[in-house]
Amino acid sequence: MRVALFVTCLIDAFFPEVAKSAVRVLRRHGVEVDVPRTQTCCGQPAYNSGYREEAREVAKQLIRAFDGSACVVTPSGSCAAMVRCEYPRLFADDPEWRPRAEALAAKTYEFSEFLVNVLGVEDPGVTFPARATVHASCHMTRGLGVKDEPLCLLKRVKGLELCPLPYREDCCGFGGTFAVKMAGISAAMADEKIDHIEETEAEVLIGSDMGCLWHLGGRLSRRGKPLRVLHVAQVLDGGRE
Amino acid sequence: MRTSAERSFARRAQQALADSTLRAAVRKAQERFRTGKRNAEAELGHWEAWRRLGEAIRRHTIENLDFYLEQLADNVEKNGGTVVFAATEREAVDYVVQVAREEGARRVVKSKSMVSEELHLNRALEALGVDVVETDLGEYIIQLAGEPPSHIIAPSIHKNRRQIAELFSRVAGEALPDDTPSLTRFARRQLRRAFLEADIGITGCNFAVAETGTIVLVSNEGNARLTTTLPRVHIAIMGAERIVPTWDDLDVMLHLLPRSATGQKITSYVTAISGPRRAQDADGPEAFHLVIVDNGRLDILGTAYQDVLHCIRCGACLNVCPVYRHIGGHAYGSVYSGPIGKVLTPLLGGMDEWHELPHASSLCAACSEACPVRIPLHELLIEHRTEQVTRGTRPWAERWAFRLYRWVVTRPALYRRAVRWARRLLAPLADGEGKVRVQIGPLKGWTAQRDLPLPARQSFLDWWEEEGRKEAARQHEPRTEGEGRDGERSA
Ligand code: SF4
Repeated sequence: MRVALFVTCLIDAFFPEVAKSAVRVLRRHGVEVDVPRTQTCCGQPAYNSGYREEAREVAKQLIRAFDGSACVVTPSGSCAAMVRCEYPRLFADDPEWRPRAEALAAKTYEFSEFLVNVLGVEDPGVTFPARATVHASCHMTRGLGVKDEPLCLLKRVKGLELCPLPYREDCCGFGGTFAVKMAGISAAMADEKIDHIEETEAEVLIGSDMGCLWHLGGRLSRRGKPLRVLHVAQVLDGGRE
Repeated sequence: MRTSAERSFARRAQQALADSTLRAAVRKAQERFRTGKRNAEAELGHWEAWRRLGEAIRRHTIENLDFYLEQLADNVEKNGGTVVFAATEREAVDYVVQVAREEGARRVVKSKSMVSEELHLNRALEALGVDVVETDLGEYIIQLAGEPPSHIIAPSIHKNRRQIAELFSRVAGEALPDDTPSLTRFARRQLRRAFLEADIGITGCNFAVAETGTIVLVSNEGNARLTTTLPRVHIAIMGAERIVPTWDDLDVMLHLLPRSATGQKITSYVTAISGPRRAQDADGPEAFHLVIVDNGRLDILGTAYQDVLHCIRCGACLNVCPVYRHIGGHAYGSVYSGPIGKVLTPLLGGMDEWHELPHASSLCAACSEACPVRIPLHELLIEHRTEQVTRGTRPWAERWAFRLYRWVVTRPALYRRAVRWARRLLAPLADGEGKVRVQIGPLKGWTAQRDLPLPARQSFLDWWEEEGRKEAARQHEPRTEGEGRDGERSA
């Protein structure tokens, strides 16, 4: 099987190691990985801020970039939700682009969702000894409806002890431009999340969205808290950073 | 609509964030409500199906609102009540004031009504010299405190027991103990007197059943029942959208509302009133007035926001909202707070005045998921934001930022260069650990609260390309050697 990786701009620029891990994990499960060179961003920052015209143009760029791919996988619940839930709506009145948007939406999968639901991976075959807790991001769980897939995989990682996170469904306060526009409220939300994470006594925080982890990691660092923050793909890659 | 003298949302929110008593009280109450709701949903079963049914009923009603409004008005009048349709806040207030004047009212008791808060009705009655007493315990508390409600169904959610004891002690003229039984006993004594002396009782309306012209009140303290039976005159005030066509539809709503609001299967009292006392009735008011308030609601019909009229004011969206949890209701500055307030207030009160509210959300969609009638609240927030952009009211810096963003990310080569440049620009600002902490310019929004890691030395796409080149070279090399040897051989 051959898939195209949608890296996402945040991972591309700030967290390339996450995408490298995703590639290695996919290859380990017998998938050939393609990375179309003209991909950039899904347009979510513009869409969520109300810049629909800008979002549309950016979306077209992404649709073009993946035109030739049969299946698209992305290590971001939020970007997958943007493509799958919002793209068809964004082009609802555009007879030319609507089918193309729908086609991309139909072939796009979030990373853990792809492994579990498409490849049928049961045992990721990896060891990562740590005590960890898992953050469920809002767009992935509520938007995309992908709730348990990361846990299905993580549960089978040898040596990994998973501590249930209290109030798992609560937002971490990232929210894209919200984190900047309403920084005080956003930080209060992060702090509450961090309190819950600390209650679990986990030493590693695992997530499926680098947006959330960028924000939580930045807040952890600001508050001088030495928690390791990893993407699911990195854990499935044996914890490589 | 406005409840605060401080006009800036940012400043109101900042004040709230600094108030740890407030935040603790809100967190505790929210916790109780949302857990209760979750349990009640599970106990009822098929919650999603109930929600869909609720949504369908609300949609049908709002799509045919003109018909049902007329049917409701006809039936209320048939039952001997008077119906007025108030297009504006002014008209609604004027009517109530006129009734109070005609009745020579000295005292008014009220049971909880958000619409009356929206109309600032108490202020108008008090200006007339009428003594107004709120009889819902939560409303009574905030009335004593001189505050607006901070939650749709639990108006004094932001206060703890100690603060309430202080308020009551002030009225009692003696120090009251701060245990719940003592406090409720005191309130009950005070309110009992008010009920007996009142000339007019004013209530809201949870649902109005169009087919029989019946006003339905959902409450827990029995105060609504006293408000509608003891005084000579009953005035019910309802938002024009609070209609259900039939009793069967009401049944569905009564399944959804208490469970979503407080996690109760049913509230202690569900009061149905069809007009004033009839000859054979043992009690009830001599006159019944129904004030149907538009005040901007009907303008929402036919717009992208129409679904907001489906709201049954259960408060569930407030109870799951993380923003509400940290700033409480007053910070929104409007009678309606939380997610529903963020969507509704700009529609009723004007976007110019309320432009900040739609941005006070991380779009986590917990509200939309909680809403018993499936209003896509977070999508409507994006709709508001989009309208602001279309109308050109966003700050120029933001508009240019997104113009630039679009220009860069629709040009892959330029995007790749921009990513490389990002590190070069940020690197001089980073400390020894490679973290940017300086709070300057556009960085400040992020770095005021969090550290910013530097972009990677090499972006993933650059790395991938380099790997590709290396791979090609590896595959290429042995062949080159082979060719060389071949060449030698042929030479
Ligand atoms: S928007 Fe939905 S959840 Fe919020 S108060 Fe209205 S009905 Fe309840």
